[in-house]
Formats: sequence, structure tokens, C-alpha cells
Amino acid sequence: MRKLTISLAITGTLLLAACGGSSSSSDTTAAAGAGTGNECTSGKTLAADTLTIGTGNPAYSPWVENDKPESKEGFEAAVAYAVAAELGFGDAAVTWVRTGFDEAVQPGKKNFDFNLQQFSINDERKKTVSFSASYYSTNQAVVALAGSPAIGATTVADLKDVKFGAQAGTTSLEFITNVIKPSAEPFAYDDNAGAKAALEAKQIDAIVVDLPTAFYIAAVELTGASVVGQFPASASTTPDNFGLVFDLDNPLVSCVDTALAVLKDNGTLAEIEKTWLSDKTNAPVIAVS
Amino acid sequence: MGTVTGRRAAYERARKRRSTVVATVSSLAVVTAIVVLVPKMPRWDRVHESFFNGERFANSLPRLLDAFVLDIKIFAWSMPAIVSLALLVAVTRNSRSAALFPLRILTIAFTDIMRGVPIILWIYLIGFGVPGLGIDRPWNSPLIWGSVALVLTYSAYIAEVFRAGIESVHESQRAAARSLGLSSWQTMRHVVLPQAIRRVVPPLMNDMVSLQKDVALVSLIGPIEILRQAGIDKSKFANFTPYIAAAAVFLLITIPLTRTTDWLIERQRRRTTGTRIS
Repeated sequence: MRKLTISLAITGTLLLAACGGSSSSSDTTAAAGAGTGNECTSGKTLAADTLTIGTGNPAYSPWVENDKPESKEGFEAAVAYAVAAELGFGDAAVTWVRTGFDEAVQPGKKNFDFNLQQFSINDERKKTVSFSASYYSTNQAVVALAGSPAIGATTVADLKDVKFGAQAGTTSLEFITNVIKPSAEPFAYDDNAGAKAALEAKQIDAIVVDLPTAFYIAAVELTGASVVGQFPASASTTPDNFGLVFDLDNPLVSCVDTALAVLKDNGTLAEIEKTWLSDKTNAPVIAVS
Repeated sequence: MGTVTGRRAAYERARKRRSTVVATVSSLAVVTAIVVLVPKMPRWDRVHESFFNGERFANSLPRLLDAFVLDIKIFAWSMPAIVSLALLVAVTRNSRSAALFPLRILTIAFTDIMRGVPIILWIYLIGFGVPGLGIDRPWNSPLIWGSVALVLTYSAYIAEVFRAGIESVHESQRAAARSLGLSSWQTMRHVVLPQAIRRVVPPLMNDMVSLQKDVALVSLIGPIEILRQAGIDKSKFANFTPYIAAAAVFLLITIPLTRTTDWLIERQRRRTTGTRIS
């Protein structure tokens, strides 16, 4: 018990330093189990002494494994707990809520402190919600079934006559219309499940998704599918940086940004990425000229 | 006699003036309450920004109008198919021949099942399922199979409307037609259906208004029509105004359609009853 108190005190001091703007690294594991926030978060959370985190319903692999964020398994689940620990919240002080995209951006009061489900940061969205600093950047990638005309494409020109599909309202769909500019109009779906069904029904030749999702679909979800390639990050008209979503002007943002900066500096984020997401260099690059 | 009519007319005019005043005052009160009170709500500025953003509205509208062309196309090719299939189902169900008994059972099963299952499921099942059986392009298009799902579902509803119309034609009409020597089919074609269809025009228009909005469901299986385009813009800007813009476009079509329906109902009532109590 005494040991715990001491370690908590140490973490608290370190976090205080972190909130003060210095970029010292801290022992994030020390806060696991107990802890109800730090100086910075005090009085700013939805429920006192609790960090309420939102994610998708359902949440998908590899972001959250088995739709169980509380298991800490999956990239975003792990990031959420790392941020919580950095803010001084023990595992017991973290509660999860499920929201769709629309619930997260609607104008009413939010039922979460922050929400993470691969929200891309963009300036337009910043008018209605606040974002943390980016916790992950991804490239867009093409997934196709064997026999698709997209297979073997090495440049965007090779993809001109491919019929594409993507999830509606995503950076991926925008990427198709703005960068690939195929001759046939792309199809859009509510979620990647719809896009996969259309691939199997051969209504589309290929789908565009973010790279980690592409690897997951090709390896686990769709037999016979492969990652044709990824596009260089520089190709995106809108770089896909994922951020945590907050109610507009939530004072908690600065606390979380400080925590994310620490996690970036001490290598925790990179480590989580290595654990849960496939190696980016595994996919060939499709040239955009 | 003349004075009585005059007094009565004057009384009726006074009643009419009074109801006009009451209607105007109550409408004004409701509008004022909404216009004055709603903006006083604590987060009105957020709601205003999220739903009634003029800039977003103007930005989305051209894209939405472009996408709306697809809605009109789906509606245009589905509607004749729906009406034909519905008529066929209704006439079959109302057939009297003993030999057609199995067909009657089939039409009953068709209407029960098509109406009982949510339309979204039909769109997924037919739109992804049938092409998934191995049909090649262009015949696996979601536009084709999404429309098929709409046609099957809506014809089940509209067949019931036609059936109600057919059953509302008095049995004596059939008896008279048969006694003139018309066959069973001729009776249906020349005596029953013309009366039945005329009677069901108002509810039919009602279903058309509904179909006009439901064509948007085809977007679930891929095609980008107006509601999907609004959803894409909504996600991009994290702003719901594009939906308001899409609603405005829908209203441009549905309001004239509903007004016409009301006018038809009114005309029919005047024609059939002759009197009107205010």
C-alpha cells in the first residue's frame, strides 16, 4: 500500500511537470489500477475522478480487438489507456461509451470526455468539435480480390479504369475522387462491411481504406484479398491524421495534448503502434504523378 | 324568405371571418414562440452552426442537385414497374376462378412477406445477394438490384391499395356486367378496375411521395444519390446542414405532390358527397 502511494506521488509530480510544459518522460505504468486524474484534469472531466472515453459501435480491428476496448487490446484501446495513465487515471477510473460518428459530432452535450474512432483531423471539422494533437498518421491503400483489374497497379494511371468503392464520409472516398480520379464514379457504403460485400458481388473492383485496415481486411476478413499497394503520404490532398475528438473548446484538450506529447517523446506511441499495427513498409507504393 | 337567406349568409360570413382571425392569431403565436424562444436556448448557437449554416448550405447545394438526378432516375423507372406489378398482384388476388387458387395463395404470401420485412433488409439481400451469386457486370449493378428490391416491396404495399379499391366496387356492378354478357375478365377490365383505380388515386399518391424518399435507400448498396452525398458532406465538415439542404430539395418535389393529392381528395369528395360542413 505504501509503495503504491509513493509511486502515485512520483507519477503525480512528473505529470505536474508534464502539464507545466516540460517534456519529461514519466512512468506511465505506475498509475495503472488506481489514480483519478491529475492537477490538469481536475474538474474538467464529465464525471468527477473518471475519464469517459467514447469509441465506435462496433469498434473494429485492428483499432479495438474483439470490440472490447476495456481489454486494452487493439491500437486505439491501447492509446486510450496510455493517455489515461499519462493523465493520472488508473484503469478503474476509465469508463467506455459507444457512439456513432454522428453522435460524436452533433451539437448537443457530449457523453464522453474524448472519443477515438479514427477521426481524421481537418479544419472544417474544427468548427464543430475540438481535436487533440494527432496520435497516428496513415496512408491510403488499395485492397482488391484476385483477378481484379487493380491487381499489379504501380501507378495511379493503372487505376483509371478500376471501379472503386469506399466508406462514405471518409478520407478514403475523398482520396478516390480527388487523387485517383477514376473514369467510373465510385460507390460509397455505410461501413467497410458494405464495401466488402460489394467486392464479393463484383460490383466494384477495389476498395480504398487506411493502411492498417487494408492489412486487416486482406489478412483476416476477406479470403482472396490482397493489399495492392499504398499511396505515399504526400499524395493525399488531406493528410490522414487521426485525433481524439472533444466537445468544442473543452479545456481538457490541452491536458491530453501534453500527455500525447510525452507519449510520443518517450516512444510509448511508437511501441503501441508496433504491437498492434502491421509494418507500413510491407505494402508496395503506388506512384502518384 | 329572402331576408332569412340574407341573415344566414351574413351569419356565415361572420363565422368565417372569426375563424380566419383565430387561425391567423394562433399561427402568429406559434411562429413567434419558435422564432423568439428557440434562439434563447443555451446552446442555440451550436445548433445553428451545425444545422443552419448558410455557407455550408450554399456549398453543398450544387453537389446535392447533381446527385438528385439519380434519385429521379430510380423513381422514374421504378414507378411504372411498381404500378404494373401491384395491379397484377391485386387482380390475381381478387380473381374468382377456382383454377387460380394456388396463384391467390402465392400473392397473399408475397404481400405478407414483402411488407413484413424491413425494406433495408430487402435492399441488402437483393442488392448484394443476387449479384453475389455470380452475375457479371453490367447486370450485377446495384442500381438494377436495388430498384428490384424497391419494386418488390412497394408493389406489395400498392397491391393492397388496389385491392381495397377493387373490393370497394359494389358487387351489383359485377352482377350487372355479367348479366350483360361480359366475361369475368371483361368485367374486371371494363367495369371494376376503372372505378377502383379512380377511387385509390389519393392513397396511391401518398405512396408515391413515400417512394420518392425511399429511393434514397438504394444508396446503402453503393450508388451516391442525394442523401448519401449529404452524408458525405456532413462527415467532411462535421456539420449537418447538408441534410437540411437535401431536405429542401426533397420538399421541392414532395410539397407539390402532396398538394396535388389533397386537391384530388377534395375534388373526389365534392364529386361524391356534394355537401361540405365547415
